Amino acid sequence: MENILEVKNLCKKYNGFELQNINITLPKGMIMGFIGENGAGKTTTIKAILDIIKNYTGEIKIFGLDNKKYDKKIKEDIGVVLDDMFFPEILTPNDINTIMKDIYKNWDSKLYFKYLTDFSLPANKAIKTLSKGMRKKLEIATAISHHPKLLILDEPTAGLDPIARNEVIDIFQEFIQNEECSIFISSHITTDLEHIADYITFINNGKIILEKTREELLEDYGIVKCSKEDFEKIDKKDFIKYKKSKYEYEILVENRKAFNKKYDINTIDKITLEELMVLMIKGEK
Amino acid sequence: MDIIISNSSNQPIFEQIKQSIKKAIATDELKENEMLPSIRNLAQDLRISVMTVKRAYDELEQEGFIKTIHGKGSLVATKNIELLKEEQMKEIEKYIDKIILISKSSNISKKEILDTFEYLYGEED
Repeated sequence: MENILEVKNLCKKYNGFELQNINITLPKGMIMGFIGENGAGKTTTIKAILDIIKNYTGEIKIFGLDNKKYDKKIKEDIGVVLDDMFFPEILTPNDINTIMKDIYKNWDSKLYFKYLTDFSLPANKAIKTLSKGMRKKLEIATAISHHPKLLILDEPTAGLDPIARNEVIDIFQEFIQNEECSIFISSHITTDLEHIADYITFINNGKIILEKTREELLEDYGIVKCSKEDFEKIDKKDFIKYKKSKYEYEILVENRKAFNKKYDINTIDKITLEELMVLMIKGEK
Repeated sequence: MDIIISNSSNQPIFEQIKQSIKKAIATDELKENEMLPSIRNLAQDLRISVMTVKRAYDELEQEGFIKTIHGKGSLVATKNIELLKEEQMKEIEKYIDKIILISKSSNISKKEILDTFEYLYGEED
């Protein structure tokens, strides 16, 4: 089993929304960033992977096992952070420890309390008294304390300040020091993913529109900025999308170096995930 | 060994890692057969993706600077002084290209450039 997560032809219909043939392959030891606009289908995809929505079609394998048939076995080894908190607000972090001990065979109270300390979370205060950022950190500590092999995280850094995001990203990187472990992380805070994600999967309007390694996207892809005159000289097949503004053309190209060799246009920059998202969604072809 | 990564540089991160390691090899900071940090460790310490470090190591291996022993890790290959020198020359050529480009576009003569070079370089030791 080289792939920790495999999604094949996942489809799901809602009123006015459709997930269409979603394919995802996440190898062991890697981090995949799952990006897209709000409402693009990120959370629905995650919920299908976890088998917590109904009436979807396609094949989903986690650790090489069917996600429906082996639901119990699989869940022992997955850590999850979803958008909405799943604990009643009157509970304290101490209570969560007591509950989780009964749920997971591998629950590690020592590790859990270590995370509470690292995150400066009070063990005996009710969740309702915690700030949004503290709750997120509590969810992450809870998701990771039974030594899972796969973390599935839906917007884990939303609501966190830069310092807390930094701490959380450290924990993710610590987690994949074990090369048997992987992380699937959805986010629209793309800067978090830009450095640590090995793969970027981009979902738009219920469809996967791009799946690349970080290296291909952020080092090879480029954004060319040029005049209308220069733009007209460029062969259509040499770019992916373009966006016109008042003073310049922005053009997304697949390989900066190759483009640079072919055309005499000097402004070619590396692309950020944010620019990529905007150009892919708003750009024309 | 220092590995300094600039996010604003147009140079790819894997390239920056390669340069740092080559420099450490050239200056003997990394000795022959010395172990390099593991890919995962280095990724964590630099806060970058595993694939980025892997790409740097893979290319360093292809270029003959390091070798990887399966299950053990990567270490500095037997030093090839010629190879290192060639690499440095390539680096230098890139800058010279730039000098030529600027001088031509601003009508600065070859002689002026050479004089400036002589002046700045100083005595050969």
